[in-house]
Amino acid sequence: MRELYDVIVIGAGVVGCAVARELSRYQLKTGVLEKELDVACGNSSRNTGMLHAGFTYKPGSLKAECAVEGNKEFDQVAAELGVPFKRTGKLVVGFTDHDRENILKYKAIGEKNGVQGMRMIDKEEISRIDPNAGGEFAMYVPSSGILDPMQYTIALAENACQNGVAFHFGQEVRGIDRSGEKDTYIIKTEQDTFETKWVINCAGMYASEISQMLGYPCYPVKGFKGEYFVLDKKAGKYLSIPVYPAPNDKGGFSTHATPTVDGNVLVGPDSYVTEEREDYVVTKEHMDGLFEDGRKMFKQMKRDYFIRNFAGIRWKRYNPETGEVLDFMLESDESHPNTVNLVGIESPGVTCALPLARRAVAMLAGRENPKKNESFNPVRPVKKRFHEMTHEEQQQAIKENPLYGEIVCRCETVTRAEILDAIKNPLGVCTVTGIKNRTRATMGRCQGGYCETRITEMIEQEMHRAPEDIRYSKRDSYMFTGKVRDER
Amino acid sequence: MRNVDVVIIGGGPAGLAAALELYKKDVKNILILEREKSLGGILRQCIHDGFGLTRFGETLSGPEYASRFASQVKALGIPYMTDTTVLELTPDKKVYAASPEGLIELQAKAVVLAMGCRERTRGAISIPGTRPAGVYTAGVAQAYINLKNRMVGRNVVILGSGDIGMIMARRMTLEGAKVIGVFELQPYASGLPRNIEQCLNDYNIPLQLSHSVTDIKGVERLESVVISQVDEHLQPIPGTEKEYPCDTLILSVGLIPENELTWMAGAEADNGTKGASVDEYFQTTVPGVFAAGNVLHVHDLVDFVSMEAEALADGAARYVKEGSLPAADRKVTGDDMTGQLVPSRFSGQDDVTISFRVRKPVRNCTVEVWQGENLVKKLKFPKALPAEMIQIPLKAEKLDKDHDLEVKVVC
Repeated sequence: MRELYDVIVIGAGVVGCAVARELSRYQLKTGVLEKELDVACGNSSRNTGMLHAGFTYKPGSLKAECAVEGNKEFDQVAAELGVPFKRTGKLVVGFTDHDRENILKYKAIGEKNGVQGMRMIDKEEISRIDPNAGGEFAMYVPSSGILDPMQYTIALAENACQNGVAFHFGQEVRGIDRSGEKDTYIIKTEQDTFETKWVINCAGMYASEISQMLGYPCYPVKGFKGEYFVLDKKAGKYLSIPVYPAPNDKGGFSTHATPTVDGNVLVGPDSYVTEEREDYVVTKEHMDGLFEDGRKMFKQMKRDYFIRNFAGIRWKRYNPETGEVLDFMLESDESHPNTVNLVGIESPGVTCALPLARRAVAMLAGRENPKKNESFNPVRPVKKRFHEMTHEEQQQAIKENPLYGEIVCRCETVTRAEILDAIKNPLGVCTVTGIKNRTRATMGRCQGGYCETRITEMIEQEMHRAPEDIRYSKRDSYMFTGKVRDER
Repeated sequence: MRNVDVVIIGGGPAGLAAALELYKKDVKNILILEREKSLGGILRQCIHDGFGLTRFGETLSGPEYASRFASQVKALGIPYMTDTTVLELTPDKKVYAASPEGLIELQAKAVVLAMGCRERTRGAISIPGTRPAGVYTAGVAQAYINLKNRMVGRNVVILGSGDIGMIMARRMTLEGAKVIGVFELQPYASGLPRNIEQCLNDYNIPLQLSHSVTDIKGVERLESVVISQVDEHLQPIPGTEKEYPCDTLILSVGLIPENELTWMAGAEADNGTKGASVDEYFQTTVPGVFAAGNVLHVHDLVDFVSMEAEALADGAARYVKEGSLPAADRKVTGDDMTGQLVPSRFSGQDDVTISFRVRKPVRNCTVEVWQGENLVKKLKFPKALPAEMIQIPLKAEKLDKDHDLEVKVVC
């Protein structure tokens, strides 16, 4: 017999995982369905990793309200969940009078939204803050910050899991039916069926389809794709603060340069419309554009620093008649019983994830009045990374566990002990990309040239998998066709 | 903090040869640090033959070549540690390394950098497309097949005519895979002529010059690659795209010296090689820190790596015994035909061996080495290829201390 859930969350992106974590504050049997083999496989990981301040969003909008709220609380959230985070501030730089007008316009909006401490600065002060930042003048925004969106999503999911939420990977929702007699939803995936009292739609770029399955409208969305370069940590030494160009007339930003919490630099994204939901192709045309635009923001940009590219897509809800981009949709009404519908959650979705999750869960709690989970622990235990330890701490770590003495990933200094911990992660994820996102192994300048063979071997051994069952990232992304020869 | 005369970072061909030569010169308080489980470096996975023709006058496999050195190191009792990765090298030659036995802390009189090189990746050359499984660098594919007994794919396209790429074309064919072709961006092959013969021609694997991968398709596992012809500026020519269904793309698009520790020690780079700037003793700009082998510049043959490391040992031994080496203030410069020129500097008091590669294939050229108005050496080459390193030995008595050396390739 299939289990009956109190709540099923569809989608394990940053919003789904935040909702799952907030649900785990209550005594609710909660499950998360995710079509991929890990959390944050869509656009939750395909972004700049910015903790936005909230100065470009329309006053009174959910985007503005949640961004400001999410920004304010993030020091505490990062501390609870053990997420690397730096409140770097941000420079929004301009070159022309028109740039200045737009910056001032959004400064005023930011002030209305409750963003604090924004001020205009001149070229001299820009170079005092960061000599490698471009621009003739800038708005300095002290509250902006940088975080690792993958680590953050993993942390939310692991904290939810530690507080009792079940994660089901490789479960793409194909249909949702209402069972009249029991007042439950029957959710069919490709291989299983789940039954639940409540459904919360956090399906990200597929949220419109799930929305329709739940009886809400199939909200039109438009994909704004952007490509990125990841630069070597050698470039990271030259950039301490995100540098954004002045917003355009619609409040959008083009290519910016952002340091990451791990010491790399991201250059991007640009912005162009795409039709295909998971069009993560990177293109020569856009890479060339990024290079030119990126140099205006970050004076040290060089092709020698390239280590990887990626693309992400902001699926924005919009009005097909006017073309106007619309606010996040968060709704729950009696005509669609026991559902919460989140559609069009794009940038600043990472910043807004927890505020949105609290609002979504409040809608459910308002009607169900669930009991508090007295054993809820908001703190996710994390171990200090080997490469962040002092020599004394490293010595001690190796003494306690000699596997700390074996460096598996040279570029990022990740030890065998840490890879093993990642393979045994609470969510049960064991793709090569999953290990990468948890440890940073393979993320350095050699891109796994040294460590990938070791990591796949460790997954095989620890998880008792055949070579042909090792996956790079997705369900059919096999790494090996088998063994070369029979072992004697 | 343990005191060691010479710490050698890397137990591959360069590190082993340097250790043996130092030992012969009676510098015995040395320690080799190797990150892998055994000595030998990249040669452990190079199971093909062709190594040692220059050094030993016979053809050996990679593991055989390495064991010639490793077994001597073991027989002589030269200290080495495997499973040991250097984390930090300071300008005053303190070495911190992680090993299962603990964090090793050493104070060295001299350090030999012998870390070798790594492969250039897809990201570094920004190949457009999706990111499926099935895209491997040649060395990683080689490690999977030869060391880990894992077959990486069945229908293979190879980008880049580097030696490892061609060797993998043959290796994959021998293991029953279909190698569709080797595609090279440049109008000439980047690997050795003997590998074109023995790895491609002998197996009817086509080599197409002036071609590159311009798109990668497939979301889960690689499904196809698009290959385009490129013009003289190496830019894809629109309309020449051809799609090749395949499940594996192997990249052999260059090697990059692994110099992270070099820069950590504060050594200055050479603008040409992008490796450390060294003098004729293979000493970097940090006194007592030496570099040789592929960490300094990528070699064509391992035999020359060993010989370079042996030459390094002369200087390193002298440094340990005398506490310093003659100042090398004079520069070695090349022209627009010389790439990978080593050394960067020299003193004028000792023999110098100049190594470089021509930047494009040439016939009937003359290499001239000038010092001021004085033609120090002139050598004729009926043929010179970028794949092959050229070495010019110069005797100390032919050199003066007052002029830079200038290397010219005259065609």
